[in-house]
Amino acid sequence: MSDATLGRDAALLVPIVKTGRGFYVTVTILGLLIAWGAVAYWTQFDQGLGVTGLHQPVSWGFYVTNFVFFIGISHAGTLISAILRLTKAEWRRPITRMAEVITVMVLLIGAGQILIDLGRPDRLMNIFRYGRYQSPLLWDATSISAYFFASTVYLYLPLIPDIAILRDHLGGKRRFLYSVLAMGWTGTEHQQKILNRAIAILAVMVIPIAVSVHTVVSFVFSMTIQPMWHSTIFGPYFVAGAIFSGIAALIVAMGIIRRIYHFEAYLKPIHFRYLGYLLLVMTLLWFYLTFAEYLTGYYGSEPEEMKVFWSKFTGPFWPFFWAMVVCNLVIPLILLVRLRHHAVGKTVVASISVVIGMWLERFNIVVPTLSNPRLPFPEGQYWPTWIEWGETAGSFGLFILFYVIFVKLFPIISIWEIREGREVGVKEVEERLLTYLPDGAEPERAHDRAHDRARALT
Amino acid sequence: MACKAENNVPAVGAREAARGRTISWMHVLVEESEERTRFLPCPCLQCDDPPCTKVCPVYATYRNPEGIVAQVYARCIGCRFCMAACPYNAKYFNWLTYQKDAPGQNPDVSVRPKGVVEKCTFCHHRLQKARERARAERRELVAGDYVPACAEACPTRAIAFGDLSDESSDVARLARSPRAFRLGEALGTKPKVIYLVETEAHRRV
Repeated sequence: MSDATLGRDAALLVPIVKTGRGFYVTVTILGLLIAWGAVAYWTQFDQGLGVTGLHQPVSWGFYVTNFVFFIGISHAGTLISAILRLTKAEWRRPITRMAEVITVMVLLIGAGQILIDLGRPDRLMNIFRYGRYQSPLLWDATSISAYFFASTVYLYLPLIPDIAILRDHLGGKRRFLYSVLAMGWTGTEHQQKILNRAIAILAVMVIPIAVSVHTVVSFVFSMTIQPMWHSTIFGPYFVAGAIFSGIAALIVAMGIIRRIYHFEAYLKPIHFRYLGYLLLVMTLLWFYLTFAEYLTGYYGSEPEEMKVFWSKFTGPFWPFFWAMVVCNLVIPLILLVRLRHHAVGKTVVASISVVIGMWLERFNIVVPTLSNPRLPFPEGQYWPTWIEWGETAGSFGLFILFYVIFVKLFPIISIWEIREGREVGVKEVEERLLTYLPDGAEPERAHDRAHDRARALT
Repeated sequence: MACKAENNVPAVGAREAARGRTISWMHVLVEESEERTRFLPCPCLQCDDPPCTKVCPVYATYRNPEGIVAQVYARCIGCRFCMAACPYNAKYFNWLTYQKDAPGQNPDVSVRPKGVVEKCTFCHHRLQKARERARAERRELVAGDYVPACAEACPTRAIAFGDLSDESSDVARLARSPRAFRLGEALGTKPKVIYLVETEAHRRV
C-alpha cells in the first residue's frame, strides 16, 4: 500500500491528522455536560434516588426512558449496516462504519442508564450471583451484552485494513496503538479472504441478536399486567421504533460529519435520499403499529386501559403525546415524500424530529402507565429534577464524546471499502446485473468471487 | 400505627410525603361517595401468584413456602421492577435514608437502608417467634399463636387473621361468605387478603 493508492482518499485521513479549534470547543462543551451529569450522579449516589423526581407510584422515569431510547438508537448501526452489506447495496460503503460506531457507543450509554437507575448500584453483582432467569431484566442483560460484543467485533473487523493504512501512513505517538490493533495486517489474498468471510458471518449473526435486543427490552413492560404495557404487539413495536430512531440518528450523524469534515464527495445527496426513503417506510410502519396498538386498546375499552389512554390523549400527558405524533409522523411525512431537491437538509431535519419524537414515545410508554395506578392511589405528577436533566445531558454528552474520539482516532469512512467499491464493486455490479438478465451467464460461484476480490485488492 | 411501630416503618417527613414518598405498609384507601365513606385498608395482599416476584432479577422478592411474599432487603438491588409490576402498589421504596438511629425500634425487624424496596410481610417475624415458642413447648403451631400487628391492634376487629387452608377456621368461613371479594380478582393474582362488603347488595369490585 503506497501513498499513490491513498491519493484519492487522502481526505478521509484529515480528521485524524488535523485537529482544529472546533475539536477543542466541542470537547469542552461535551466535558461540561458530562461534568454536570457526574455531579448529578454523585449527588444521587450519595443521598439516594430521592433527589430525583421519582416517587410512588411513578417509580420509573427519565432513566428507564433513556434506557429504552438509547438501546433503540443502537439499532442504527449494526442492523442497518448488516442488512445493507448482505443485500449488497453498493451505496452502503461510506455509511456502514459511522452506523456501527453509533451502535457500540450508544449501547454503553444505554446499559449505563440501568446502572444509574438502580437504588443499590453497589449490589449490581447480585445479578450474576443470584441471577434469576425468569426476570425479563436478565434477558436484557444477556441480549444487550451479546449485542455489544458482536457489534464491537463487527465494528473492529472491517476496521483492521484501515488501521493498517494508518499504521503505514502516520508516525508519532499513536503508531504503537495502530500497530497493535492492525494485528499484522498486510492485505494479502489470504487475509482478505478470511476477513470477508468473518464479516459476512457476523453480519448474519448480528441481525437476530439486534432483533432480540429490543424485543426483550419491550418485554420488561409487556410481561407485567399493567394497563397499556401488557400488549402482545410490544416486541415488534419496539423493534420497529428502534430501527426508526436508529436510522434517524444515523442520518443526523451523517449530516454533522459531512458538514464538519467536508465529506460532500463521499456523503452525497443520494445517500441521504436512500436513507430518507428507508426512514419514510419506517415512519409509516411506526404509525401503523401505533395505530393498531391504540385502536385495539380503545375498542377493548377496559376502564384501566382507558384511564391511561385518555391521560395520553387529553389528560396531563397530552403535550408529550401529540408532540410525539407531530415529530414522528407529521414532520417526517411532509419532508420525506419528495426528496428530489434538498435531500440532505430535508432528511436531516426529519431525522432530528424523529429522534426527539422517539424519545417522547418511550416517555409516553413508561410514565403514563405508572401515573395511573389501578387503585385510587394519591396521584402525583412526575417532574424530573436537575439530577435527571443532568444525567440525561451527561449521557448525551458522553455518547457524543465517545463518537468524537473515535473520529479522531480512526477513519469514520471506511477507506478500503470505498476503494474496493471503486476497484471491484463497479465491475461486480455490472456482472451481477448481467446475470439477472435472460441472456446473461450463470451466476458465478461465491467462492470464486471472493477469490477475485481478494486478488484485485492486493 | 401498630404496623409502623411493629415493623420500624420510617416516617419520611412532611416534605417527602408531599412528594409522594410516604411509606405505609398498610395503606388505607378511601372511597368517598354521597351516601357513605368506605375505608379499604390495603396491606400487601400476599398474592398466591404474585406479579412482583416474577420480575425480580435477583430473587430478592419471592413467595416463601408459607405463602408470604418476602423481600430480602440485603439482596435487593433497587431496580423497582417489582413496584412497576405490582398492580396494587403495595411495594415501597427507600428513596433516601429514612431510617435513622432512633430508640424504641423493634429489634426483631431489620431496618432498611436507602435504595431498597420494602413491603408488608404479614409480620413474618411474629410467625418465626411463634414457631420457636411452639417448638420450645414441644407442640404444633396452632391458630392464634401468630397474628400480625394490624389484626391485633384493630379496635373494631375489622381485620381477621387465620389459616385459609383450614376449612373450619373463622377466616375460611368468612372467605366463603357471599359478601367476600378480593381486589383485582380478574387479574388472576390470587390475593390472600379478602374483603367483606356491608351487604351482598353493595357488592362490586
